[in-house]
Amino acid sequence: VSILTQLAELPETHQLLRQTCRDYADRELMPIAAKLDKEHVFPAKQIHELGAMGVMAMEVPEELGGAGMDYLAYSLAMEEISRGCASTGVVVSVNNSLYIGPILKFGTVEQKKQWIAPFTTGEKVGCFALSEPGNGSDAGAASTLARQEGDQWVLNGTKAWITNSWDASATVVFATTDKKLKHKGISAFLVPMPHPGLSLGKKEDKLGIRASSTANIILEDCRIPLENMLGPRGAGFRIAMQTLDSGRIGIAAQALGIAQAALDCAADYAHKRTAFGAPIGKLQAIQFKLADMAVAVESARLLTWKAAILKDSNKPFIKEAAMAKLAASEAATFCSHQAIQVLGGMGYVTDMPAERHYRDARITEIYEGTSEIQRLVIAGQLLKEYQS
Amino acid sequence: MHSNRYCNRIIVLPFSVLLEIRVKPDNSGVVTDGVKHSMNPFCEIAVEEAVKLKEKKLIKEVVAVSCGPQQSQETIRTALAMGADRGIHVEVAGKDYETLGPLQVSKIMAALAKKEDAQLIILGKQAIDDDCNQTGQMTAALLDWPQGTFASEVSLDGDKVKVVREIDGGLETIKISTPAVLTADLRLNTPRYATLPNIMKAKKKKIANVKPADLGVDLTSRLEVLKVEEPPQRQAGVKVETVEDLVGKLKETGRI
Repeated sequence: VSILTQLAELPETHQLLRQTCRDYADRELMPIAAKLDKEHVFPAKQIHELGAMGVMAMEVPEELGGAGMDYLAYSLAMEEISRGCASTGVVVSVNNSLYIGPILKFGTVEQKKQWIAPFTTGEKVGCFALSEPGNGSDAGAASTLARQEGDQWVLNGTKAWITNSWDASATVVFATTDKKLKHKGISAFLVPMPHPGLSLGKKEDKLGIRASSTANIILEDCRIPLENMLGPRGAGFRIAMQTLDSGRIGIAAQALGIAQAALDCAADYAHKRTAFGAPIGKLQAIQFKLADMAVAVESARLLTWKAAILKDSNKPFIKEAAMAKLAASEAATFCSHQAIQVLGGMGYVTDMPAERHYRDARITEIYEGTSEIQRLVIAGQLLKEYQS
Repeated sequence: MHSNRYCNRIIVLPFSVLLEIRVKPDNSGVVTDGVKHSMNPFCEIAVEEAVKLKEKKLIKEVVAVSCGPQQSQETIRTALAMGADRGIHVEVAGKDYETLGPLQVSKIMAALAKKEDAQLIILGKQAIDDDCNQTGQMTAALLDWPQGTFASEVSLDGDKVKVVREIDGGLETIKISTPAVLTADLRLNTPRYATLPNIMKAKKKKIANVKPADLGVDLTSRLEVLKVEEPPQRQAGVKVETVEDLVGKLKETGRI
């Protein structure tokens, strides 16, 4: 099936999947999203239910307990889940793309059995520990160290901003095994949680996506068996970058969900709120805003689908994935900003979800590659195309 | 004592309903063009019950039947994704679909039940768009089968079915023989969300296409819709200051 056909009309299974996730989000996530946000509560029950549906391990083959679906399906599911609750969306995304993703791609058969299979049901979630207090975008400067002592790796260092950390049962950690090789001396490791030598920093008090936990992971002589290395020694940076290239598509989909939720909220309000003798949807000022929001969401959505379809077809997708993440995250902040404006005073209070979308949207321009990094990635790929 | 013969085949009839109701400007009916459909909630419960019976190994096969235009296939696919084994799409389109009512659907179901040698037919108790609550009962009558309607609990025992029915006075328990028709009420079960692997598997399941004429069914309606109109706009209330004023107002408007 050509990319154009798939962009114009989704295959039937994908439509059914999208509808199923939408129904779940409408019935089970939307009604509790405000409460989850207010109380900073991890949606454990919902994650279990999503696990039972196969949403927590969408790309994982059925033999390992996954749904055996493609990245387009994953993007569709992510958007619908995030439309219901952005926090639940990020928990799903991190488990799928950042934790399971690299193990699926670089893990041995044994590692997949041990570290993926239990994480497909929603009972356990994983996390991805790359960023440090000293470096986020500058991932190559990782200062967490791993030294070999007999038949163990010993890890020391601190990782920062780790999503799912307080709720996770395992993490993929990146640490330097050969300092002299700089970023080529970083390796990836699998560490169970809890584990001696691994402790968690305080839960960050965030602006948005508050139902997901974010904290430091502190490693102090954390000992793991040699076979816990993921992929070849020194391949850590490459593994991280490739993982983030794909993870980008999931986050783009999350941002789309937030943007769409904001648009839905604003459009609904425009029908119901009357001013100057008519519903405000009749006013051009409101119409222009809604139109701009719709264009922003739809164009970002098509970019996201295209990136997913390219990845599924084993074609190069790095540029498109970065474009999708950039466009979708900026659409999310734009739409949620405009939604508050359409709602006026009502947009500023917790009675309406607009203020939560505004707060949830903001992080999408930062994590899994800031908008600035996305621009660098896009430009890098673009300039390669023009090289003679 | 016990009979090894268990129910072989269940037919469920998931209907799709419009998600948004707007009366046509000429009052001849409801706008259907471009309006999203979804499976009738009571039919979701019916499909879930059938799938559960199959999972308990009490029946062998669940067939999902839907009558309507092309879009009805989506409803069948949803039923397949929930666990039905195969589907039958009875094509009814255009004018015929507009006048398709419980009597015609019951005739189709009766014909299919005979053709497929079904032991149980499970339907939703009513569609939430027309609220007819007739198809199940009419189907049973046409087949001369017993019926267990408004079921809130169903248990199979050999070739008998115990049905707990929700009635105005409370709960009524009846025992009927198969083959039988059941209609699902709200508390029968909580329908599952289709799992993603099942959505993938549903793609490979067969949906057969059948025309009502092939079943020997005449779709001519015995009813003529004269007019469809919206319920009257709800009037704003009136606030009064005292109880005396309230009594005065009620007397004024002839309420007391």
